[in-house]
Amino acid sequence: MINALQARLYRFARRMLTRPRIDLPLAAGLFVLACVGLATLYSAGDASLALVGGQAARFVMGTVLLLLVSRIPPTVLRSWTPWLYAGSTLLLVVVAVLGEGRGSIRWLDLGVMRFQPSELLKLTMPMMVAWYLHPRQLPPSWKDMAVVGVMIAIPAGLIAEQPDLGTAVLVTAAGAFALFLSGVAWWRIGLLLAAVGGMIPVAWHFLHQYQRDRVLTLLDPESDPLGNGWHIIQSQIAVGSGGVFGKGWQHSTQSRLEFLPEHTTDFIFAVFSEEFGLVGVLALLALYAFIIGRCLWIAMEARDTYSRLLAGAIGMSFFVYVFVNGGMIAGMLPVVGVPLPLVSYGGTSAVSLLTGFGVLMSIHANRKMHD
Amino acid sequence: MSWRNRTAASSASGRRRGAGPSTRRRMVVVVGVLSLASLGLVARAFDLQVVRKQFYQDQGDARFLRVMPIAVSRGTIFDRNGEPLAVSTPMMSIWANPAEVLENDDRIPALAKSLGVDAAELKDRLAQRADREFVYLRRQMPPEAAQAVLDLGIPGVNSQREYRRYYPSGEVTAHVLGFTNIDDHGQEGLELAYDDWLAGKPGAKRVIRDRMGHVVEDVEQVREPKPGKNLTLSIDRRIQFLAYNELKNALVQFEAESGSVVILDAKTGEVLAMANLPTYNPNAVRGSVPSQRRNRAMTDLLEPGSTIKPILMTAALSSGKFTPTSPLIDTGGGHWFFQGHDIHDTHNWGVLTPTGVITKSSNVGAAHIAMQLDTPLMYDTYRAFGFGNSTNSGFPGESAGLLRVGRDWRPLEKAIMGYGYGLNVTPLQLANAYATLADGGVMHTPTFIKGADSEPKAIVTPQIAAQVVKMMETVTAPGGTATTAQIANYIVAGKTGTAHKASAGGYSKNNYTAAFAGMVPASDPRLVGVVIIDDPKKRSYYGGMVSGPVFARVMEGALRLLDVPPDNIGRWYAGGPLQSPNGLVGNKPPDDMSVDNEPIEDATP
Repeated sequence: MINALQARLYRFARRMLTRPRIDLPLAAGLFVLACVGLATLYSAGDASLALVGGQAARFVMGTVLLLLVSRIPPTVLRSWTPWLYAGSTLLLVVVAVLGEGRGSIRWLDLGVMRFQPSELLKLTMPMMVAWYLHPRQLPPSWKDMAVVGVMIAIPAGLIAEQPDLGTAVLVTAAGAFALFLSGVAWWRIGLLLAAVGGMIPVAWHFLHQYQRDRVLTLLDPESDPLGNGWHIIQSQIAVGSGGVFGKGWQHSTQSRLEFLPEHTTDFIFAVFSEEFGLVGVLALLALYAFIIGRCLWIAMEARDTYSRLLAGAIGMSFFVYVFVNGGMIAGMLPVVGVPLPLVSYGGTSAVSLLTGFGVLMSIHANRKMHD
Repeated sequence: MSWRNRTAASSASGRRRGAGPSTRRRMVVVVGVLSLASLGLVARAFDLQVVRKQFYQDQGDARFLRVMPIAVSRGTIFDRNGEPLAVSTPMMSIWANPAEVLENDDRIPALAKSLGVDAAELKDRLAQRADREFVYLRRQMPPEAAQAVLDLGIPGVNSQREYRRYYPSGEVTAHVLGFTNIDDHGQEGLELAYDDWLAGKPGAKRVIRDRMGHVVEDVEQVREPKPGKNLTLSIDRRIQFLAYNELKNALVQFEAESGSVVILDAKTGEVLAMANLPTYNPNAVRGSVPSQRRNRAMTDLLEPGSTIKPILMTAALSSGKFTPTSPLIDTGGGHWFFQGHDIHDTHNWGVLTPTGVITKSSNVGAAHIAMQLDTPLMYDTYRAFGFGNSTNSGFPGESAGLLRVGRDWRPLEKAIMGYGYGLNVTPLQLANAYATLADGGVMHTPTFIKGADSEPKAIVTPQIAAQVVKMMETVTAPGGTATTAQIANYIVAGKTGTAHKASAGGYSKNNYTAAFAGMVPASDPRLVGVVIIDDPKKRSYYGGMVSGPVFARVMEGALRLLDVPPDNIGRWYAGGPLQSPNGLVGNKPPDDMSVDNEPIEDATP
């Protein structure tokens, strides 16, 4: 019995590794991006091999997860979806309870590694919305939209309470994208946006002071050049001084001389911009555009509503990460803790992103199964 | 309206099969929006990296490129034998970026302890200057102490190399050398006079500094550092010590306020020694008061009193009316009531030769001689010997003295000018005048720099100068006023002076300046010395008693150090030099000389 189980597991693992159901263009794009990421990290981290090695290990782990998930058919994923969503939301509650009275807490220490439950929601949220909308009449009715709204609001609220506004916005966006792709009527979208717009003053009231400061500083970085404005000013200097062709790999002065804060994590794009210039930025953006485009193409080709909404939401979320991070380092958006996907140093982000791409691979692999 | 129907119709099939028209539309919208957003990013990147590139590059450079000075060491000052008198030692100054240090204010107590300052005070200082990026915490620490501070590894604390002046001879050479300020620039004395020569030019280099202010890399040298040049003085450190010690002993012995000793090289005008008391420690200038820091030998004015008489005698011999032996001068019982003023001597010397006037230091005699001289001749001679003019030694703050123009002299003024009142001189001027007599009537500009002999000027004929020196030899001979200035085996020529100190509204009755000016060996003078002791209060106040012995002891040592051959072996004894089994041992003049024969110059208007 146990032997039989072992044999099955063995066969599964073998199939997974020898005949992976991967989309080669997407895999190639991710591979190039990972290499660029490691090279940039090597430079931004002052040639620390430990840093690069740790990141590479996470890439390997993410890749294994990607290969595993890619073998799971979308139908199976769909059937698991409510449990995954409920589980990850529960973890958020656990974090919230553990963090009681201890200020900000976002991490769960698993002993082996620490991980952020909010990262899980970036994937389980669009899955849940897609799962809910899958069997229903599209475009969704007000009632369905309300249910989706509640699904989004509960975890987003928990994350915002941590407080991690950036991730809360991203999680909300991931769910909203799935809803948007389901074909919500434009006039309803217009109404919703107007309502959100009306909520902004109310939301402002609930923001922490440091979050308000970040937004205000964006409007006028010079007002606090040594405090909140520091990040924005230093980052813009890094990007601007890169010029057209950049200063060359490992020659980012802003990063090397430690003027640029968080130069291995959230602000690594600034290091990249300084070292490789406008040409490098355009090339990197093109690479991201290719990956996102491939995601959206996979969404178009997807077999059912669940797959389509999920693939589209993942692709758009990926774009949002790039855009928010890029906007932040260019001084267009407030400083929120959004890493540059697969380039910034950070474990959970890389692993969860690659897992998400595993879902995409699976969707792609199963596009014509029931043709 | 049609899009709505299509959306509704396609949604059913969309669920089962690939993307329906609705999702396709949505995708087109999505791609469109994403492209627009991407375009926004690209436009921003173009704006930053192409349009405003220069601005940001300059901003970036401004953040880490700094021009920093390269400290250069100040030139060493040597004495004439190459002994260092002033050296620069490398020190470290600790400075900090206050904002950074305050970020770790739990480390401030440790920082304060290693700096040796009060923690609360340090914190206050940093807090007050929190808006600055550079604040000195402590300047000029010994390198190892500074390293201990740096080893604490407190962010924002940095060091900077500087040089600090150290004077091995301390207070002995303080007045001549002066001192430098904390920025290593001369403030007094030769340090000030030769600041440009000694200081050199600090270089400048462009460096890359990180956010903490640490220098990461030197980029280029903006200006080459030019180290200061060394300076070799005419001062002989050994004679300087000798002069200082003897002066100090005399001040203690006679309970005097202050004093000066000047030793010149008669042949070149080089200053071999110049000592003053009170003095100060140039290695800790802060603890001193201005009166200690004055180089009295060059800044303080005194009335020369009887030490002027050899100059008067020079004018007398030049006039042709006098020779060393004629005419005889009747001192009139020790008093001459001239224009309502009592010019008097200590004793009734009766009839004196001009030499006798010098020997006995007769004021009456000197006044008579002065009144027989043409005023222009007397004035020109005084002026030619340098009175009323700066010696041009180049020393900062040197005083020119005071000598009224001859045509303004009233008769009484002329008479008392003959024995040294009514004019002001510095000890160096006096020494220089004697040096002129010593070198055959040739005047050199006094200098502190070895080998810097200026154009010599002949003031009087060598014959007259030699005659005056000869006359001065009698001063230290038996019967003279300064037998205490005798030096074994050498002939000493000199002149005493005991002058009432000028005070508000006239002359002080009981305060004197005791002076001795002289030269050795008299047969071919090598050294000229002036000893001034101001206001001796105990034991004696006569120049011969107070200053004469100082002169003798300093010169005795100097002659030995400079290996000057004796010119007077055995002269004091009819039987010739004393012999011992080991050969010549020299001699000692008899102790029973009459020394209390110095005239007291009385108060004059």
